[in-house]
Amino acid sequence: MKLVQGNEAAVMGALAGGLDFYAGYPITPATEIMEQLSRILPSRGGVFIQMEDELAALGAVIGAAWGGMRAMTATSGPGFSLMQEHIGYAAMTQTPCVVIDSQRIGPSTGQPTMPAQGDVMQARWGSHGDRAALVLTASSVKDVFDMTRQAFIWAQDYRLPVIVLLDAVLSHMRENVELPPVPGPMTRQNAQIPENQPPFGSHPFQPFSDSTRTIVSGLSHDEDGMTQGSIGHQAEQIIRNQMADLDRDYSQIVQYRRYQLDDAKWAIVAYGITARAARAAVHLLRESGIRVGLLELMTLWPFPEKTVQEMAHVVHGLLIPELNLGQIVLPLKAAVCGLTPVFFMGRADGELFQPEEIAERIVRLDQKDVGVSTLIGRD
Amino acid sequence: MPRIGEDLTSYLREGMMPTVWCPGCGHGNIFRAIAESFRQLNLDPSRIAVLGGIGCSGRTPFYFNTNAMHTTHGRVLAFATGLKLANPRLTVIVAMGDGDALAIGAGHFVHAARRNIDVTAILYNNSIYGMTGGQEAPSTPLAFRSTTSPFGNIEPAFDTVELAMAAGATYVARTTTFDFDDMPRYISEAILHPGFSVVEILSQCPTYFGRLNQLGDAPELLKYERSQTFLAENTPLLTKAEMVGKRPLGVFRNEIRPEYTKEYAKLCQAHGGTYHA
Repeated sequence: MKLVQGNEAAVMGALAGGLDFYAGYPITPATEIMEQLSRILPSRGGVFIQMEDELAALGAVIGAAWGGMRAMTATSGPGFSLMQEHIGYAAMTQTPCVVIDSQRIGPSTGQPTMPAQGDVMQARWGSHGDRAALVLTASSVKDVFDMTRQAFIWAQDYRLPVIVLLDAVLSHMRENVELPPVPGPMTRQNAQIPENQPPFGSHPFQPFSDSTRTIVSGLSHDEDGMTQGSIGHQAEQIIRNQMADLDRDYSQIVQYRRYQLDDAKWAIVAYGITARAARAAVHLLRESGIRVGLLELMTLWPFPEKTVQEMAHVVHGLLIPELNLGQIVLPLKAAVCGLTPVFFMGRADGELFQPEEIAERIVRLDQKDVGVSTLIGRD
Repeated sequence: MPRIGEDLTSYLREGMMPTVWCPGCGHGNIFRAIAESFRQLNLDPSRIAVLGGIGCSGRTPFYFNTNAMHTTHGRVLAFATGLKLANPRLTVIVAMGDGDALAIGAGHFVHAARRNIDVTAILYNNSIYGMTGGQEAPSTPLAFRSTTSPFGNIEPAFDTVELAMAAGATYVARTTTFDFDDMPRYISEAILHPGFSVVEILSQCPTYFGRLNQLGDAPELLKYERSQTFLAENTPLLTKAEMVGKRPLGVFRNEIRPEYTKEYAKLCQAHGGTYHA
């Protein structure tokens, strides 16, 4: 057991996932990730570079991915906004890479040291156009390690920029955790490419090598990277196929934790740092005899629609607390599809929810519901 | 010196041709000069990566049968930096426009120069935004017209050579599409140079710059280019009047300074890591 900081766990998870290239730009509260990698990567023969801004950081990451390295950057709100152009470029060019965004209060400079969950929609929709998206989050230091490592695996498997959302508290808090030892630097072998394997579409990522003559472009292109003629349909199909791949692998990709949900009358849906307060609220409420459970989302995108829908059939209502003014509540409502009421509580003042606040909201819902149920003769 | 008719096809991705460039555009001349340099240096196409930004010049990577990236507007040097660091054995050639290098990507341009990373930036400077239809650029001369400076430009233009030198580029040259032999000569020197090299090539845009400023067609514009420049080596022979308002051409800096990937390799070595630069 070791006392590990959230940002440190991100570093270790990235190394466990095979990271050997980091480009970044300093920003609170993500900076420790970059500071630590500036010490670690040179001693492993990996590359660390501090770029001139966040656009350059993600640009260098994408360049390095095509150069054959496993590459990552980390940032926070203002930097994440700047990176949107290159998140779109990575999606269009099917470039595996990882972006960690430690969320802080916004919009704009906001409060750099205060936590938020205001980037959950931007992580999905921030870049113009349509794309497949894989966005993970975490609620503990151990999660940060696991999710960051997982992000590297999925970035390669699905050829996407995978985004890991942390927040200012998770980045800076320390917990006692047991983490596997950091593996030594990976030696990469040039994988054998089947002859005539197209560089894009549903084929494994193949970085530049002596035997490739790949043209990578953010223009709409077909599987061969060609941009001429009426390739709109073929370009759309590549993106549709990527979305379909995520749908196909839903049960492996969509990770969540069900907590005391089996007999629950009320369900709290929470993610990231807020899930910790929600779990404590479940304890408080169970002690006072209210049957409540928690669905903790660990994969935000693709949104766990099926999981939510199954739950919506059996509970009286859902409560979603978020550190924003109403974001994941939107896909949640869409997934619930009117099967049960969805209640929202949000804050964007840089403070965390207290377990008591969440519990109190459930108590009020429960009292009202009991009143209504008595009138209409429901359970 | 390879002349017209010599075979450059092993470097070309012929399936992507014809190019997007308008008849009379100077960018095709620059493209050919780059291919000539590859041939002069007998470079293995599998060891070259050609990168471009966005705009007319940015299309260059499509036409080379090498690994290639057509990146985002102005950010091409960031991609090139990552690629070169990940695979230092690659010869990385960057085609950028004046908008790429001097406007939206000016920040990346000066920092790539400051780091002195071994990348060759070829700046196609046609004094205007061509791809979007003839808007003012940070290279548009004073009083010249564009679709966004219909009453004449009141902003002074950047001098690429001065900017690149101030930022720390270690090979800096300027020529024009008129100087047909100097283009591949400078580009070859720049490729061989172990550091960040900039070759600015003044190029003609008959479609917008020429038309909006009533300077005539491509041959007229080539003559205009010539009239606006002088060879730096001839400076002692020229009067002030012959130089005023004109841009010197030639090699302005060619010196060896610590190169970024080599320095990074040393840093790794000093701390127990092995990085192959």
